Amino acid sequence: MAIILKENVPTIVQGITGHQGSFHAEQMKIFGTNIVGGVTPGKGGTTVKGVPVFNSVSEAIRNTGARASVVFVPAPFAFDSVVEAIDSGLELVTVITEHIPFHDMVKLKLYAKIRGARIIGPNCPGITSVGIAKHGIMPNSIFREGSVGVVSRSGTLTYEIVNTITEAGLGETTVIGIGGDQVVGTNMQEAVSMFEDDERTKAIVVVGEIGGTAEEETAELIKRKVTKPVVAFIAGRSAPPGKRMGHAGAIITGGKGTAQSKVEAFKSAGVAVASSPSEIPKLLKERLKL
Amino acid sequence: MVDFLEYEGKELFKRYGIPVPNFHVIRAPEDVPEFNGRMVVKAQVPTGGRGKRGGVRIVNSRDEAIKAIQEISQISFDGFKPEAFVLEDAVNVKRELYISVTLDRSVELPIVLASAEGGVDINSVPQEKIYRHAINPFVGVTQYLKRELSSFLGLSSEKAEQLGKILEGLYKIYDEMDASLAEINPLADTDSGLLALDSKITIEDDALFRHKDITPKYYILDPVEREAKEKGLAFVKLEGDIGIIANGAGLNMATIDLIALNGGKPADFFDLGGTDDPQKVVDALRLASKVTHKVLFVNIFGGVTKCDTVARGIVQAFKELKPSFKLVVRVRGANEDEGRRILEENGIRSLLNLDEAVKEVIRLAGE
Repeated sequence: MAIILKENVPTIVQGITGHQGSFHAEQMKIFGTNIVGGVTPGKGGTTVKGVPVFNSVSEAIRNTGARASVVFVPAPFAFDSVVEAIDSGLELVTVITEHIPFHDMVKLKLYAKIRGARIIGPNCPGITSVGIAKHGIMPNSIFREGSVGVVSRSGTLTYEIVNTITEAGLGETTVIGIGGDQVVGTNMQEAVSMFEDDERTKAIVVVGEIGGTAEEETAELIKRKVTKPVVAFIAGRSAPPGKRMGHAGAIITGGKGTAQSKVEAFKSAGVAVASSPSEIPKLLKERLKL
Repeated sequence: MVDFLEYEGKELFKRYGIPVPNFHVIRAPEDVPEFNGRMVVKAQVPTGGRGKRGGVRIVNSRDEAIKAIQEISQISFDGFKPEAFVLEDAVNVKRELYISVTLDRSVELPIVLASAEGGVDINSVPQEKIYRHAINPFVGVTQYLKRELSSFLGLSSEKAEQLGKILEGLYKIYDEMDASLAEINPLADTDSGLLALDSKITIEDDALFRHKDITPKYYILDPVEREAKEKGLAFVKLEGDIGIIANGAGLNMATIDLIALNGGKPADFFDLGGTDDPQKVVDALRLASKVTHKVLFVNIFGGVTKCDTVARGIVQAFKELKPSFKLVVRVRGANEDEGRRILEENGIRSLLNLDEAVKEVIRLAGE
């Protein structure tokens, strides 16, 4: 199996007529994702890369039976698009868009919970379940079917790490980029918990970074209930305090959110902490006794 | 992040019904009015601890106020000169309280923080002396929250009512202004009621599209950091000599960490982001060259950003800049072969393996 993206659900792309939306709709199709339509208000009736475009999410659902969406809509309109997706009954909404105000995300996350929908992201590369489907913008070429579950707060660093795992002859079940923002729809703890429950996942890789306390809370969760081997990598060990390192969430404030605190939390939970991306497959093999 | 100066925050407080002492904003000595009684002159600077450094003075006449302003103008506050002054009524403070609304990342909700030990950095106040209460944005400020908070701060019923209004105002500022921090420190407890003596308001850049009336002012001292901010680039100046450009924040941090782990000293954090425009790469190299002394390391894992795009940008930038430093390029992922071919044709060696590239950077930096 996999986590979250357990089957190739019919999926639409919100913001499909944009540059990123159209490019990645095609890339997702090439990966094998069941892209059944796109939504851009006012562009209904047209097609993008052979994909029919609709004016609204509900219209797209009526015509295609879509159950999930991938959102590329620019930040000022993203709140509205995600609410529309949730209101229309989509189960899974993966938000690639960067720079959505965290105030909007706090509300969207609560709203999704009320309506029983799941948000992944924002400011994330999406989710890929190898051999099933890809929702988002991860490069198609880096994966190989295997038994490692990867959860990451980053984009390109995730590709780097997945690539090393693949090249080492291991492979992945699901790779989820939860996003680099302060508030994310699906957090690290949930992802680790789901990997623990997923039969096919034999080991878990957690890619964290400075800022917030998600890694510390994940370490607590691992102590309590995770039986599978976990390997972690923390980015930002040499980052200065008070500076935002690219991601909205990557900032050390009031002495909280340091790499050191996260590394120590993971170590105390029995997690192997890699000091470089290339060390990750070695530690995985050790822990999996391969 | 857009930081408001004290007076900008207090003007916001007035609009949202939060009581503040009467104040004047002074930009030049001639702005100082005639007055009777005691007033306070306060430097308007985007940094804390100004009182300890002589940026806050009690004055009893117009002449004293002008003298104070002239003196304070000579002080550097973490490198910042005061661009304005607040002249406000001096207040007899019985107690200094603290109250703020901010995001609690752990519970992913806005949170009210309050303490009876205000007037100091809240991070230095013991946890058990801080009141914390999350607010659901679909619910807002409740009556029971106001009661709990007043009781925690030990306020009389009259002042409790006033505190309730202050909390509502502060939460509205947080919510309507998309603030990441709306803070009153200290909130003065006086015989005549509660008064906000200082303000700290920070607005997220991401929300500025909703606030066209706010002209963002960025208080950044480093000229290269300021240039990057104005151009909307994610750049942080570090102390070392090895320039870094990578695509993606996480990969960038990991690159810096690897350089540092191997004994090198990174000069910057610089996220190229996702781009298919070689010109953006040229601009990035131009900026990074301002902080690079020995070696510039470009680390790309191609996805949205293609390796060949980066290669074209690097080749063009090197023709334009003719830099004295050395270059190490690592390209991997989308269009890596084409990228490497372009680089090689122009005499620039590239590597595929990150660890090997880092070793090469360290070797060249040591030459």
